[in-house]
Amino acid sequence: MNAAPPETTTTNTAAPDNSVSFVEEISHLLYASKGNPINTCIQCGTCSATCPVASGGFMDNSPRRIIALIRAGFKEQVLKANTYWYCASCYQCTVRCPRGIDIAELMYGLKRYTVWKAAAQEGLIGPTFSETFVKMILRTGRSYEPVLATTYLFTYGLPEMIQEAQTATVLMLKGRLPLLPARIKRLDNFKRMIRHIIPLGDKE
Amino acid sequence: MKTYAYFPGCSLEKMAHSYHLSALETTRALGVELKEIEDWNCCGATAYFHVDELLAFTLCARNLAMAEKEKLNLVAPCSGCYKNMFFTRDHLTHDADLAEHINEALAEDNLQFSGSASVHHLIEVFVNDVGLKEVKAKVTNPLKGLRVAPYYGCQIMRPRKAKEDVEQPRFFEDLIAACGAVPVDYPLRLTCCGGALIITNREAALSLVRNLLECAVRAKAAVIVTACPLCQVNLECYQKQVNKEFGTDFNMPVMYFTQLMGLALGISPKRLGIGSELVAVMPAIKEAQQAEPALAGK
Repeated sequence: MNAAPPETTTTNTAAPDNSVSFVEEISHLLYASKGNPINTCIQCGTCSATCPVASGGFMDNSPRRIIALIRAGFKEQVLKANTYWYCASCYQCTVRCPRGIDIAELMYGLKRYTVWKAAAQEGLIGPTFSETFVKMILRTGRSYEPVLATTYLFTYGLPEMIQEAQTATVLMLKGRLPLLPARIKRLDNFKRMIRHIIPLGDKE
Repeated sequence: MKTYAYFPGCSLEKMAHSYHLSALETTRALGVELKEIEDWNCCGATAYFHVDELLAFTLCARNLAMAEKEKLNLVAPCSGCYKNMFFTRDHLTHDADLAEHINEALAEDNLQFSGSASVHHLIEVFVNDVGLKEVKAKVTNPLKGLRVAPYYGCQIMRPRKAKEDVEQPRFFEDLIAACGAVPVDYPLRLTCCGGALIITNREAALSLVRNLLECAVRAKAAVIVTACPLCQVNLECYQKQVNKEFGTDFNMPVMYFTQLMGLALGISPKRLGIGSELVAVMPAIKEAQQAEPALAGK
């Protein structure tokens, strides 16, 4: 048959569509990755089998399934999945993928995508934690554990909270928790440097 | 004397201060100088890369540029810092546009990135630069009979940096053997400890930590040795939580490889920061050393 499929005809007659498909959007997220594009995936499942979090049963969608969903254009399901926020960045999938896809980098890309689009799923600690971390570094140039604790403690039940407090007390006594946040010396230069990369509001 | 620009990273300031102390002690004993980068900033950990990659590269590039200014190669004791810095240098040297953009920002702090400083993990310095032969020659207190689980973790091995063997590495075992101790066969040595999931998905992280502890117990290890502050914290400081969650009774000491080396080199435990851990390390070491003469007599 030489006739074009009906979908193509419809697209041609419609107004020019400049929008980028979901698959393309996600592919663009991997610009810095040396890995192969996700459409080279053969759905073998090595990533899911090698992932300690997925094989532990903690992900609602395995990495293999996420790739399939992206390729099939199931944007909503992908955005709703906890998969990438539960990725610990251990890169086992990346080094073992027989098609050379940088799957861990894809997970990073999906995290950024949902943060930018403010589309992260409710009830996850990951997005809040990451944003708090970034703001903290922008203020002082260094990391400070007690600030981070505020991002997750409220999600805990009482027993976990007490456990956490006990551990923190012991660590404090052992001299392993900082009482004051550290900061770098050339903080003004540092902040000007940051403004070259992302526009920050002047008021903090 | 070989000198490196030393990037301690945020964890080593407090939480993993014993790693910092033991890194300085062991390098000094083996004729390597670590010159701390004067005004280093956070490498971005994993959280930064979740939000903005370009910014994360900029943070790492600032540290790299400061090492370049000193004309020194950079060494990081934390596997996360090492990975971030290694790949930032890699991306920037392969992407001139990216480097140009970031250099404009770095100019605000009178810095410039060119890629001249290479990036190394601290363990590489001992294995490749000092050499295990030299380490072995300097050992005055061989830790005979001490069964050690070598925990590589993730980021010193992955992602792949060049053509190294990421599936069957041996250097950690060899380092332990050079200290006179016994590296045990530790099947989960390359499996993730959960990293920052300990905060963002506690349930999953505790389960991964449990597996690692159980595997070490089965291998009859007296101690787990790590090369990363986050692995150390997850494996050690959350043992109580693991025990509560799973009804286990783990009491497994977890130490830094530099502490193990330090003891073998005859440095006092105190100077290696031993004593700040939640699961005491010294009893396991003393027990092994007391048992050893009996075994050797056989």
